[in-house]
Amino acid sequence: MSVEAGRQGRDGLHLSRFATWDVAIIVVTVVFLIFAVTSVQHFGTSQNATFLVLELAPILLLALPMTLIIVTGEIDLSVASTVGLTSSAMGVMWNSGVPLETIMPLCVVIGAVLGAVNGFFVTALGLPSLAVTIGTLALYRGLAFVLLGDTAVADFPRSHSSWTIGTIGETPIPNVLVPMIVLAGLFAAVLHAMPVGRAIFASGSNRVAAAFAGIPVAKLKFWLYVTSGAVAGLVGVFWTLRFSSARADNAHGLELTVVAAVLLGGVSIFGGKGTLPGVLAGVVLLSSLQNALRLANVSSEALTVVTGSLLIISVLAPNILGRVRGVLRRRLRRTHVPAPNP
Amino acid sequence: MSIGRSLQRIPVHPAAPAAIGLALALALSACGGTTQDSQDDTDSGSDDSDAVADPDADYESGLSLAMLPKSVNNPYFETSSEAAAEVVDELGGDYEYTGPSDATASSQVSYINTVSQQGTDVILLSANDPNALCSSLEQARAAGTVVVTFDSDVDADCRDAFVSQVDDDAVGETLIEMAAEQIGGSGTVAILSATANATNQNAWIDVIEEQIETNPDYADIELAGVAYGDDEDEKSFQETQGLLQANPDLDAIISPTTVGIAAAARYLSSSDQQGEVALTGLGTPNQMREYVEDGTVTEFALWDPGELGELAVYTGAAIASNIITGAEGETFTAGDLGEYTVGEDGVVTLGPPARFNAENIDDYDF
Repeated sequence: MSVEAGRQGRDGLHLSRFATWDVAIIVVTVVFLIFAVTSVQHFGTSQNATFLVLELAPILLLALPMTLIIVTGEIDLSVASTVGLTSSAMGVMWNSGVPLETIMPLCVVIGAVLGAVNGFFVTALGLPSLAVTIGTLALYRGLAFVLLGDTAVADFPRSHSSWTIGTIGETPIPNVLVPMIVLAGLFAAVLHAMPVGRAIFASGSNRVAAAFAGIPVAKLKFWLYVTSGAVAGLVGVFWTLRFSSARADNAHGLELTVVAAVLLGGVSIFGGKGTLPGVLAGVVLLSSLQNALRLANVSSEALTVVTGSLLIISVLAPNILGRVRGVLRRRLRRTHVPAPNP
Repeated sequence: MSIGRSLQRIPVHPAAPAAIGLALALALSACGGTTQDSQDDTDSGSDDSDAVADPDADYESGLSLAMLPKSVNNPYFETSSEAAAEVVDELGGDYEYTGPSDATASSQVSYINTVSQQGTDVILLSANDPNALCSSLEQARAAGTVVVTFDSDVDADCRDAFVSQVDDDAVGETLIEMAAEQIGGSGTVAILSATANATNQNAWIDVIEEQIETNPDYADIELAGVAYGDDEDEKSFQETQGLLQANPDLDAIISPTTVGIAAAARYLSSSDQQGEVALTGLGTPNQMREYVEDGTVTEFALWDPGELGELAVYTGAAIASNIITGAEGETFTAGDLGEYTVGEDGVVTLGPPARFNAENIDDYDF
């Protein structure tokens, strides 16, 4: 490789830093929010902002550990079923007279155990995570129905359920925004500012190289699944109190929205690439787009079509961008290589 | 290399993620031991009953109404919506039909939030869950929106009125009356029900039994028995066969469930007893059309979802126009449907079910 080509490569790197998908999605999200506030009636009200935050809260919380897992090249499709199962467990425990203060941390522990089961199958037995978590997706949802059946437990105390939909004092800031920001900050710090984060990226880019570099890849992945389960347990508590109803079918199908938001945020489904700010933008874009379309009286079928198309675009576009950039770079290189016959 | 080494220096503590989760959950929970028994219901019954109804007022024009079905793309609700839209048009209001494509409570919450954001005057809702929608309905009502449920109710504290499609007595009476008409007032009748502990069906069967015992019009009618098809097509089909074999002189089958009547009709239409054994009950016109055409079934019944939609609009508009408040005993006129009285817990009942036969079945599509 000539010096010339090396310089070009570095330029390409600089270019890619500003033209990556996650930066693009942040820009698109900001532009969309400005557009929606100015031209979609009722979108810009403070009450709608509160509704929007409540709506995206479970998606955002589940997307945080999901991002880390997908960056390591794995996936966890069982998160929504874990939410359903912890919600059912919460209903059963509440019915048998356990105090809510015990139930809530227990639900997080139950979620962590369910995550550990995933982690065990993926890391100790080396099974593909897609297959394992599709299995537990069905298994956990089935267990949720075993626990509660078709019934709902709905007599949770108003003080708790109204906290989940309430706002801080007289401000329009929802209470749940605080834990959301804390958790998002925590996960961002872990992924982007701590050695663990670099290990996560390394495991996703090249598992073998990461192992040779002394990274305990299996252990790392196991604890990521445990974390994912614990967060899903927390979301189960939130979901149950927010709708004040523990049901086996709570959060049914939510895993697809979460994965869609993570991919839309620029995380590569093949692992090794992605940023948490990008994912946050992906979640906000997906939710606010749906919110705005509903306010504009777009039918729910069209809404599903939009979500599906966005997912396809988010998987396709980075690939196409990457290829275009590759072709451009090669052309540039060719023009800069001195001709052998002057 | 350096990545690995620095990771070893700051290892992932095995318990770290779980500890974080625990700490968060603890932070989320409030003080004290809140259990199911200890909870005090502080403000659940805070109904705004300070409004005074003016029964002589007219329906306001310019009201905006939104109908939220359990899910869109359901012919049953589309029939309700078409009829509702016409009434809103007559009243000079704005009408919107919107809702999720999946019948879950959480997606319905998003739509309730949306229509209350849009400043809709009246929400007509068929609820996917009796409790999960309450908090968003309360927010909508706090903002001045009238909430009327129809078809499927929520907790009575979270809405202004419920328009019910069924009146147990009227359903039972209609069923036995149709059967008696079709067999000429005397003969043996059997019932093909859903499950043995289905609440609605058992209430109707009680009415039928009581009518046969006490009403002199049905003195010559004998009830041979009740079979349970569990609301499964195959099982209902077999149970029909069983009923006919066990009672060779059976004159009529009453099936008060849409699954049962369709399965029984399918069996009868291909058997020797077609036209000899009368079949009636509760069914939808779309399911039963071919059996009415081929003569297996003369007449069956169900409430008319169109009328249900119309009554929901009138009820919502009456509350929004302050003609009623939703309290027991108030009366209002629902256009061509006639006069209605609000019952206990703000329930308005549509009335006796509509009957479908060869003459009118093609007017319905649900």
